[in-house]
Amino acid sequence: MLLKTLLARLASMVITLFGVAVVVFVIIRVAPGDPIAMMLPPGASDADVERLRALYGLDRSMPEQFLIWLGGVLQGDFGTSISLRQPVAGLVLGRLPATLELSALALVIALVLGGFLAIFGARHRATPLEAGVDLTNGAALSVPDFLWGLVLILLFGVLWPVLEISGRVSPRLDLPFATQFYLVESILRLRFDLTADLLSHMIMPALALALPLAAIIAQLLKQSLKEVLNLDYVTLARVRGYSELRVILREGLRNAALPTLTLVGVQFTFLIGGTVIVERLFSYEGLGNMAIDAVINRDLPLIQGIVLLFAVIFILVNLAVDLTYSLLNPRLRHG
Amino acid sequence: MTACLEILGLDAAIRRGPRLLRNVSLSVAPGEVRALVGESGAGKSMIGKAVLGVLPRGIEVTSGDILLEGQNLGALSPGLRRRTVGAAAALIPQDPLTALNPSRRIGPQITDKLVHLLGWIRARADARARELLDEVRIRAPERVMASYPHELSGGMRQRVLIAAAFASEPRLIVADEPTTALDVTVQKQILRLIAELQARHNTAVLFVTHDLGVVAKVSQSVSVLFAGKVVEAGPTEALFRAPAHPYTRALMAATPRYTDPFASLQPVPEAVLAGLRAEVAAEDAAREARNG
Repeated sequence: MLLKTLLARLASMVITLFGVAVVVFVIIRVAPGDPIAMMLPPGASDADVERLRALYGLDRSMPEQFLIWLGGVLQGDFGTSISLRQPVAGLVLGRLPATLELSALALVIALVLGGFLAIFGARHRATPLEAGVDLTNGAALSVPDFLWGLVLILLFGVLWPVLEISGRVSPRLDLPFATQFYLVESILRLRFDLTADLLSHMIMPALALALPLAAIIAQLLKQSLKEVLNLDYVTLARVRGYSELRVILREGLRNAALPTLTLVGVQFTFLIGGTVIVERLFSYEGLGNMAIDAVINRDLPLIQGIVLLFAVIFILVNLAVDLTYSLLNPRLRHG
Repeated sequence: MTACLEILGLDAAIRRGPRLLRNVSLSVAPGEVRALVGESGAGKSMIGKAVLGVLPRGIEVTSGDILLEGQNLGALSPGLRRRTVGAAAALIPQDPLTALNPSRRIGPQITDKLVHLLGWIRARADARARELLDEVRIRAPERVMASYPHELSGGMRQRVLIAAAFASEPRLIVADEPTTALDVTVQKQILRLIAELQARHNTAVLFVTHDLGVVAKVSQSVSVLFAGKVVEAGPTEALFRAPAHPYTRALMAATPRYTDPFASLQPVPEAVLAGLRAEVAAEDAAREARNG
């Protein structure tokens, strides 16, 4: 049963990725801008242009180019970046950990902050305190992530400069890391001095990404909690003598979390999309920042590689949400 | 002997709205089953909820006292009241399908109170749960305790809820129409179970129902309610033999009988209703006078 579901998901994943690949491939070739023209100095001869064009296979027809690229992808070769002159796979995978760590940190912040606000609001429902929570949510939600980034830079980078406003880690530091997962590795190696430095770089971009999501979580979870708290089994728990907070945490939260979880999955993919611009804002060396450079340089193979990787991430996030959902809901687990 | 539950002149109302309970007084002795009977909206469930401290938001007790084992609940702080009621009383709810948390296993839902409120060790609480599930004639207690609610039938879930209510040896159980949501065939078994456990554990029960047939079967005393006012009360046998109030007589005439299934059911006569409304109006006027 589970195997069948997994195979079906895998098949749909392949189809989705193929579709994404086709669309991206066509769009970036139809869009104006010539990668070859960007590479050569002004005044290069037509013969030079043609030679370079042939070198990168851009002289062939679009379907032909696609098949060559697809053939490479199937063998694990995603082509060579035009602007950086290195294999795309290595470039993209080298940047991926930075973006994953940033997104994960943002998700954790959003869950903690949103969860806290939701529980606090449900605990004090129908009082001015709940109205305060609603007001906070409204403010967090009506400002987009990149604007939060600017606000945070102004607050904690300029007016009260306690956090780093640019980069992923201070360049003066010696990094003993074997992988690109700096944050995880610094914790595993117990180098908390490095963890602190990484966090002082990551907190602001992560917070900028997290605030709108935290507001959505708070709003939806609070609403679900308030509905659940009117149900019979919650009344029964109250009769058993539990405090209101205990009733919320023990009886309410798990059942109220289900509808929120579905939405968090969708919204988390938006958050990952948001890294493109927020990483740029904080000069954070992740996948998103690389994507913007790739687009500016019309680096076709690199754009394709990055977009494909983003698509894989989105699909995996959705899969993870479905799995968590069935884990939380016993009715689905046995179904 | 002090009453297990004593309610004195209880009044409840929607905040800045109409009265829901009108000067209700009643008492339940240890080991006694008192039925609260009346039509929908008569306030019978409201009394149980007021005792347990789970009135819906916006409804509040405006005057009167509730004494549980001689202790005036109104005099306690909210936290202490919650724990006192939790330790001394329990609820058998109306709808077994919604009264169990769908995402938690049955076992902890029975033992939670024993462990967290009463401070039992886990092993003892588990043993107690098995014992009670055995008492409500669940054949495989271990398996049921490891199940989720959706894996059990409605009748099974009501048995689980009865076991959970009796598990902590409460002095008082409020049974809020515990058979209304069940099949007729299951209803009888559940009633018998409640009566059996009540007798064995010598528990006082406030039994809320709209079914006079049920009243006759399970209760020793009964209070008849109309519009939140007790219109007649007394020992069940005497009340059934010679109902004094015309409303009680009318309710009895409106109850179907197995012995004579084709007898036509009589609605409550308009004259009786008019008399009741006058009584309720008089009670409201009396309250006005009391409050000046």
